[in-house]
Amino acid sequence: MERAEIRIEVYSTIPDPRGIVLREKLLKLEIDVAAIIVTDNYLINVPFSRNDAVEIAKLLVQPVIQSFTINEPYYPENFDFAIEIGYLPGVTDNVAHTVRESIEDRFKRSLDPDRSVFTSNTYFIAGNITAQDAKRIANELHNPLIQRAKILSKNDYVEMGGMGREIPVVHLDERPSADEVNLDVPGDELLRLGREGIPESDGSRRGPLALDMASLEVIKDYFQNKEKRNPTDVELESIAQTWSEHCKHTIFAAKIDEIDEGIFRAYIREATMRIRREKGEKDFCLSVFADNSGAIEFDENFLISDKVETHNSPSALDPFGGAITGIVGVNRDTIGFGMGARPIANRYGFCFADPCDEKPLYRGKEPDSCLLPPRRIIEGVIHGVNVGGNCSGIPTPQGFVYFDERYKGKPLVFVGTVGLMPRGTGGRKLYEKKAMPGDYIVMVGGRVGKDGIHGATFSSEALSSGSPATAVQIGDPITQKKLSDAIVKEARDKGLYHSITDNGAGGLSCSVAEMAREAGGFEVELERVPLKYPGLAPWQIWVSESQERMTVSVPEEALDEFIALMKKRGVEATVIGRFNSSGRGIVRYHGDVVFNLDLEFLHEGLPKKTLQTKSCLANVEYEPFDEPNDYSETLRDMVGRPNIASFEFISMQYDHEVQANSVIKPLQGKGRVNGSATVIRPVFTSYRGVVLSQGMYPSYSDIDCYWMAACSVDTAVRNAIAAGGTLERLAILDNFCWCDSNNPERLAQLKEAARACYDFAVAYGTPFISGKDSMFNDFRGFDENGNPVMVSIPPTLLISSIGIVMDVRNCQTIDFKMPGDLIYLFGETSNELGGSEYLAYMGEKLSGKKYLGANVPKVDAKENLTIYNRLERAIARGLVASCISVERGGLGVAVAKSSMAGMLGCEIDVLERNLRNDALLFSESQGRVVVSVAPHNRKAFETMMKDVSCSRIGVVRDDNHFIIHIGGKGMVHLGVDELLASYRARFHGF
Amino acid sequence: MAVPKVCVLTGYGINCDDETRFAFEAAGAEARVVHINDIIENRTMLHDFQIFSFPGGFSYGDDTGSGKALANRILNNLRDEFERFLERDTLMLGICNGFQVMVNLGIVPALEKKIGKPQAALMHNQSSRYICRWVDLEVEEKTPSVFLRGIQRLHVPVAHGEGNFYAPEAVLDALEDRKLITLRYAKPDGGRANGEYPFNPNGSMHDIAAICDASGRRMGMMPHPERNIFFTHRDDWTYLREKYAREGKELPEEGEGLAIFKNAVGYYQ
Repeated sequence: MERAEIRIEVYSTIPDPRGIVLREKLLKLEIDVAAIIVTDNYLINVPFSRNDAVEIAKLLVQPVIQSFTINEPYYPENFDFAIEIGYLPGVTDNVAHTVRESIEDRFKRSLDPDRSVFTSNTYFIAGNITAQDAKRIANELHNPLIQRAKILSKNDYVEMGGMGREIPVVHLDERPSADEVNLDVPGDELLRLGREGIPESDGSRRGPLALDMASLEVIKDYFQNKEKRNPTDVELESIAQTWSEHCKHTIFAAKIDEIDEGIFRAYIREATMRIRREKGEKDFCLSVFADNSGAIEFDENFLISDKVETHNSPSALDPFGGAITGIVGVNRDTIGFGMGARPIANRYGFCFADPCDEKPLYRGKEPDSCLLPPRRIIEGVIHGVNVGGNCSGIPTPQGFVYFDERYKGKPLVFVGTVGLMPRGTGGRKLYEKKAMPGDYIVMVGGRVGKDGIHGATFSSEALSSGSPATAVQIGDPITQKKLSDAIVKEARDKGLYHSITDNGAGGLSCSVAEMAREAGGFEVELERVPLKYPGLAPWQIWVSESQERMTVSVPEEALDEFIALMKKRGVEATVIGRFNSSGRGIVRYHGDVVFNLDLEFLHEGLPKKTLQTKSCLANVEYEPFDEPNDYSETLRDMVGRPNIASFEFISMQYDHEVQANSVIKPLQGKGRVNGSATVIRPVFTSYRGVVLSQGMYPSYSDIDCYWMAACSVDTAVRNAIAAGGTLERLAILDNFCWCDSNNPERLAQLKEAARACYDFAVAYGTPFISGKDSMFNDFRGFDENGNPVMVSIPPTLLISSIGIVMDVRNCQTIDFKMPGDLIYLFGETSNELGGSEYLAYMGEKLSGKKYLGANVPKVDAKENLTIYNRLERAIARGLVASCISVERGGLGVAVAKSSMAGMLGCEIDVLERNLRNDALLFSESQGRVVVSVAPHNRKAFETMMKDVSCSRIGVVRDDNHFIIHIGGKGMVHLGVDELLASYRARFHGF
Repeated sequence: MAVPKVCVLTGYGINCDDETRFAFEAAGAEARVVHINDIIENRTMLHDFQIFSFPGGFSYGDDTGSGKALANRILNNLRDEFERFLERDTLMLGICNGFQVMVNLGIVPALEKKIGKPQAALMHNQSSRYICRWVDLEVEEKTPSVFLRGIQRLHVPVAHGEGNFYAPEAVLDALEDRKLITLRYAKPDGGRANGEYPFNPNGSMHDIAAICDASGRRMGMMPHPERNIFFTHRDDWTYLREKYAREGKELPEEGEGLAIFKNAVGYYQ
């Protein structure tokens, strides 16, 4: 490794909370640590004089609380081990980036962007610990896929004179040319090319192209008969990217059974088209399925865009990097929507395994291929969205967390961004864009490295497993914030470009080719692309997924102004080519043509798949059990279930007040209970708002995916209405996260779910405006004994809802407000405990394993529609004093939440309807809402609800007593404080 | 002069510029969001403004310590311009990250009136974690701060990872003596937080949420008054709406934070 010229170590001169909190965490893991001191180290690989080095150190130190050493190690008085954590070569180091800028600014000279500054931290540990403990601590402190740890005992640290000055500079063998790939090979060799990738000269492979035989045959035929040559590696990699499941959604597009046009067209898109037709004049969709986000009307001046993505695989390997890249990446779906929308809210949704599960899983047979345990994945993912959202200045109000042991191999990380954009300016519709022939292709934002290429990391310390980290990247929210501000606050409104899109999956290969569909063709000079470090092969530059980049098409007359503006805002912008109308895409590298393809073939050449489904029956049986004899205990336990309990620790670390647009917040009432919908007011001068919510029931998938999807749509809609939304202007988004999607039984479940999406979207008149799928959330690896295991997620469908609130002053929260208010229940409760949280709880309690049950909740959309319409009117008229949608945990949990949120007791009596009491309390029947009504509004409210299913069930008390009767018989009697204690206990200390 | 002109700084990860601009405008000022690079390019620009605001955000991602890198950028490029601005009868308000920048620049508390020499620090929260939550604040009775005239208490949100105020004993004493601690974290039903979480959300010494310089014209604060400009900004507004409705009271339109911006505008009227 190379050594830096200067090493500056910054240490605290007073106790540093970072060390104190870390010590508490290690104590919890039963590592006997007495004290921890953390230093921030800066390695500067530039020959500055001693005096200049001191000047640099002054830039880095807060002199009131910190001091520094230069080129000599810091020695705390008391420590036993020192652990240094730094990055592996090529991993984004955001702090180093800032330090370089500060040094450049101080000395008014420019430094090599990726070779001059590096950072690390040293943790000095004192305590009764062994070398083994030190290793455990180091493992807690770093992720070996992106970071390195150096552990020294005190003796070694002293003897060796500190940690040394090694720096993780990237060294690549120069491989600057494009290779020809011979397709005239036998079938099995062709298949291998698709599975393992293009062979290198040493016989190794570059990593999967993920092209199946049908695709490879089509490609071979195209090159042999149309181009009359072999493809280059640039072309083949590019086609593989463009045709990937990720980009083309081949499963949703495939002919499936009798449905020729595929699931997406038949169910999702058709639902939207039908709703828009039926709404006629009242259609509020502006852009659906066509752009990086979908968009609806906000008012006559503005539109709202929304997009929800997943970032699952990367988050399994590097939870922090995966999640931050996910959230910052989906922000670009907003910035890249139309001519560029401004992000105004983030969404999140996390599906994790049990944080207490420490049983290891291995990617390969080697011990160091161990997956991070769920606890570390949870910490990392939550922190990743924290840094990504908070640093970008985008509020993150809306989210959820869900637990199931089957998310152990792959967690699901849903990230979404809502945007705001003027509908038009000067007769120009801003939600439409078109790159024009003659426009310059300009890449803006970050530089290109090997990030995300085939998931290959390129550290010298190679990964041992054959299944490498797929996409180890760390998002840089500040670089993106600069880019975002320059685009959506300045360049867009100056009209400096014709089109813009995100560089996400497939990098330039996808963004340029995608925009070329608008213009007709393109020519790119690849050597102009700014690189993080030399030595990238042309195919790597073309498909790299390095973050924080967008591609913009700039007309000649605006080019100078655009480039100058970007420069002034600290954003790198480089012309890399021009669009034309030739119908072909041409890429040159130092003058040599390395890519020359018919764009029609690139975009439309992919052969369509044909899929067959096979229905399957779930095993839902469980031993019948008697009703619990203590419903107080049952309810108290239920509110503490991980899928119901407070996740205030997440809500509170995500800034949901920034931009000053918050109206209905994630934590509601004096009791700070997590609501299921939030509302923002994005335009200061308008009372209109945007309501955000979601519905998701993976536990129902095991029983019936049709009703699972129906319940998800119903819940997403109901939650939004309960907070103040309106059915007139409510849209939804779909995120299918499936597993093992080559399996006909899984495909049957998928088809059923999609069919329900159609039925219930149409029934509620809530169009799908955007969606995304992730079809292979399976983990294949080994257990601790080396036995092969496969862990597949339960089929998971997230339905997100987004709607317009006509006047935010009418919005409502879940908390009971005043003693004496009357409590009403909308909707009917049925014996629908199948897949419920209650059965899971009872199963775990009685048998050690969740029960499933067969009676999954069904949805009567017609009945519910009447209720929702009426509820909407009651809320708008101010007749309702609190409102909560009944979700997971059923009626008992919903009433408990309103009570806890208001910190007011209540007394309810629900009628028996030939149901067991547990079904009455915990069945998750859809279409139900609990409201409270002020006594003086009783008459107006009851008159309004005369002909809908709405019954008075109780009254809010002025004390701490939470009481449920069933048919007059006392069932639950708890203190609200007892409920709150259980509700908050689950994630206490997280 | 009736309507003061406000320069609301932006760039490099500042992200509360737009709502800060709006708060000043709602208070009657003429506010403009200005990129720091535009000031560096056009150095005389600051002459045109009476009020300068460092908004909240994550300048330079908090790398190397919150507010540090942006303070460096100012010291490396605009030191003289800032000194001249401060010599005039101007106001300066730093919120959250803006407070961190002002502390790093030494503009508050500026006990020795020397820019470039910090005398206090905003450390990592005691929890070592970012926190977004509404807090109650008590205004120091005899504070010289012009921003807090006529205000006794405030209910506004904090949102920060490094808001844990620290100063050496001597500086703290001077702050107390000269009444420069303008806002302290308090309990909802009155009385200081006395370090108790979550009322004091970050572990700040003496419950310090804001300080000013001796002139009272420069103030830095961790909480965000610009996030309580409307009644519907409050975390408890749906409850208050019910309460007021039943008491027959009219619903307010404004939020409490606006008073700070009105005081700034009022200084010139």
